[in-house]
Amino acid sequence: MPKVKIKRKSTAIDMTAMCDVAFLLLTFFMLTSNFTQKEPVAVNTPSSISEIKIPDRNIISILVDAKGKVFFGADGQENRVKLLTKMGAAYNITFTPEELKEFSLVNKFGVPITGMKNYLSLGTKERDMSQFSIGIPCDSLDNQFKNWVSVARSINSEYRIAIKADQATTYPVIKKLMGSLQDIKENKYNLLTSLKLSADYE
Amino acid sequence: MSEVAQDNNQGKKKGKTKKMSTRVDFTPMVDLGFLLITFFMLATTLSKPQTMEIAMPSKDKISDEDQTKIKASRAVTILLGKDNKVFYYEGTRENNVDPVLVQSDFSPKGIRQFLIKKNYDIMVKVRELKAKKVSQKLSDKDFEKQRDEIIADKKAPIILIKGTIESSYKNLIDALDEMAICNIGRYAIVDITPFDLDLMSKKL
Repeated sequence: MPKVKIKRKSTAIDMTAMCDVAFLLLTFFMLTSNFTQKEPVAVNTPSSISEIKIPDRNIISILVDAKGKVFFGADGQENRVKLLTKMGAAYNITFTPEELKEFSLVNKFGVPITGMKNYLSLGTKERDMSQFSIGIPCDSLDNQFKNWVSVARSINSEYRIAIKADQATTYPVIKKLMGSLQDIKENKYNLLTSLKLSADYE
Repeated sequence: MSEVAQDNNQGKKKGKTKKMSTRVDFTPMVDLGFLLITFFMLATTLSKPQTMEIAMPSKDKISDEDQTKIKASRAVTILLGKDNKVFYYEGTRENNVDPVLVQSDFSPKGIRQFLIKKNYDIMVKVRELKAKKVSQKLSDKDFEKQRDEIIADKKAPIILIKGTIESSYKNLIDALDEMAICNIGRYAIVDITPFDLDLMSKKL
């Protein structure tokens, strides 16, 4: 008799508790998450001991990859529209409303302003291909980078500048960027780094 | 809940429309839950990136009178070379004698030891201040204010960071990091001079 009783025991487990846990975690992640924004190039930032966090909003992010290509991005969709309109006016390019709308969805771009129309007509996947993303010109002959930053700052003076560059980016590229920023009197900016793992400094 | 229990009881009494278990199989729901968790975990950036705030001097032309000449005894020049090498020298060329260029690296035993020695008094003071803060005798605001006062000391070294074209961004960040670690209040990123390059080429 005892044997039979044991056999009758159901193998089904009560999943309710597990379900509770799963959804609790889900809620947590949903509330705390801010989505990783896709970046046109993979950038490996150097590490530092600095513990200051970057604010979420009003950021002009400048991305520099290992080869020295410069990418630019400003947040806020309305600001982006204003930005492109103004930049277009400065370079005598008129953008259609569709193009402006498309641009407001672009997180970061790395094309000269002359190639912007063509760039916006491309699909999202093609945009990141290296032949289309050639970086924003920032040498002394044609310093579009400087104009992008100064126009963005004139639209929203609360913008802060954050430079995210790769470890392997050469110093002259960084110096050129810093020089450009100095030219337009942007003397305070942030350099993005990742946290140093070994805290062996004290 | 009570109704459900009643139903069950009634069912048992009748013996016909019974055994309709009110239990729902939660397994698919758990699956769904974890699937969504996985998605959110992968899609989020939990930790915000760290940042280093940096203030550069403005490029306005400064007349010679306004420019403060720093004392050679306080000046330390750090040169960032290729392959993560770093060189430093104190002061400048005086009486036709070149300053001694020392090769170092960014390990804890490298250039940091030199900077700590150079900035020892201030580091001790800052450490005492930190201890006070840890034992909660100081608020964060007071701590920062007092620390700024300490590191602006007149005798503290002034560091000039100069990068060669062969150095990388990582070297620059490392150098700035050393400034933060050694509590150096005054440092600047400046252009490299032919004199520095000459010194380096002699060393190599």
